[in-house]
Amino acid sequence: MSETVPKIEFSGVTKSFGPKHVLCGLDLKVPAGKSMVIIGGSGTGKSVALKCVLGLLAPDSGSILIDGQETVGLGAKERDQLMRKFGMLFQGAALFDSLKVWENVAFGLIQGRRMNRKEAREIAVQKIVAVGLKPETADLYPAELSGGMQKRVGLARAVATTPEIIFFDEPTTGLDPIMADVINHLIVEQVQELGATALSITHDMGSVRKIADYVAMLHEGKIVWTGPVDALDDSGNEYVEQFIHGRAEGPMTRRVA
Amino acid sequence: MDATSKTSFNIFRMVGTAILGLFERTGRLVHFIARAVYHSFIPPYFPSQLWRQLVDIGYYSLPVVGMTALFTGMVLALQSYTGFTRFNAESAIAGVVVLSVTRELAPVLAGLMVAGRVGASIAAEIGTMRVTEQIDALSTLSVNPFKYLIAPRVIAGTLMLPVLVLIGDIIGVYGGYIVAIYNLGFSPGSYLSQTWDILERMDVISGLVKAGAFGFIVSIMGCYHGFNSGRGAQGVGAATTNAVVSSSILILIFNYLLTQVFFS
Repeated sequence: MSETVPKIEFSGVTKSFGPKHVLCGLDLKVPAGKSMVIIGGSGTGKSVALKCVLGLLAPDSGSILIDGQETVGLGAKERDQLMRKFGMLFQGAALFDSLKVWENVAFGLIQGRRMNRKEAREIAVQKIVAVGLKPETADLYPAELSGGMQKRVGLARAVATTPEIIFFDEPTTGLDPIMADVINHLIVEQVQELGATALSITHDMGSVRKIADYVAMLHEGKIVWTGPVDALDDSGNEYVEQFIHGRAEGPMTRRVA
Repeated sequence: MDATSKTSFNIFRMVGTAILGLFERTGRLVHFIARAVYHSFIPPYFPSQLWRQLVDIGYYSLPVVGMTALFTGMVLALQSYTGFTRFNAESAIAGVVVLSVTRELAPVLAGLMVAGRVGASIAAEIGTMRVTEQIDALSTLSVNPFKYLIAPRVIAGTLMLPVLVLIGDIIGVYGGYIVAIYNLGFSPGSYLSQTWDILERMDVISGLVKAGAFGFIVSIMGCYHGFNSGRGAQGVGAATTNAVVSSSILILIFNYLLTQVFFS
């Protein structure tokens, strides 16, 4: 990986919910301008790791650096400034159902950055077209869209504020294989166009191979392997081997048993 | 440790756990209220959200509050008449109606009706937003959920319930007037003059202050339970129920406390 300052750096991050230890010393570096995908089984702490960077959850201990600056324990104003660097595509798109599609896409511009509605609408429609939707979609409500269309709108909203870092939470979950590939393609296209750093979590291996520059395998709250996506098939790591081949038998199964 | 000691130990542990849980929940609620109040005063503001809530809480609650006040005033006049005729005290009916409505019935009944209509709706809406990650999405779009979701609802609830109660006062007194004039045969002039004679400014003001407090309680409890909603449909359902039950009970408790403050 690059020797320059990582865009995101987790060091010894821990997070527990009562007696359940979800993150147990997470260490991970995400290079600037690259796409890192965290893989791992359900309940291994992928979403919690993402929410810790976003500030939606506070880690119990450890450090999360963005551009070399500590983000754990930030005050409200500093956190607000930091959030301007972020864009996020949620698993269920998380569109605001009381707002029209274009208002969803322009939400960060109008409410977060106080841009006037006319200008924000123009940008929103451009982004809606960029993710392969017709301009007429702009005036529909989220409930009138299919799951795939909602994901596209979610992606348009995530990139509308030209963020430096984009997070993708299970971007292809619940989509058919063709629509999943379309979304993967759009993610690569949009991330490259912005020159952004991407951090994704998924257990869809098709998605991993399409969108990742680097892959990290999370197991029991720790990164057990990380490397370039090209090295995934020759990782020599028994957890990665089991996961990418979807085998029922392996070290993860033994631990569960 | 013998069986008796074990049982005693378990009882102590249960009581201790319950007390700690109560402190934890109370602390969480107080912290939530403090954040809600803070963000209600500190910019940025969201006027379009506030306007939407003013209309939703105020204008759309008008029919239910109006109907409640009208029939309460009418029943009050009828019941007072059946009771007071035994003591030849029919002339006190106008005073009983106006004081009961302005001091107690309009604020309390409007509070309870709004708790059912608005408190439930706030908890369900915010709870669904929590479950579908829309609240997290707000944060990632650099918008503070307390400023965008909570503050407009709390401000609107606190401002609009006094307005509703003032309208309820007028409708409730008018309900009593209708029954007194058209059903019980009172003279319109004397009924109205008895009403004005007994009514003091403090009667109305105390009712409006109570209404403001009840509006705050209804909106903050709806927001609190919605914001901390559990997962899934069951979580949102429980949040809605808790919002209505807790705000109704708090309204009754604070009604007593405020009455004590104003009239003791």
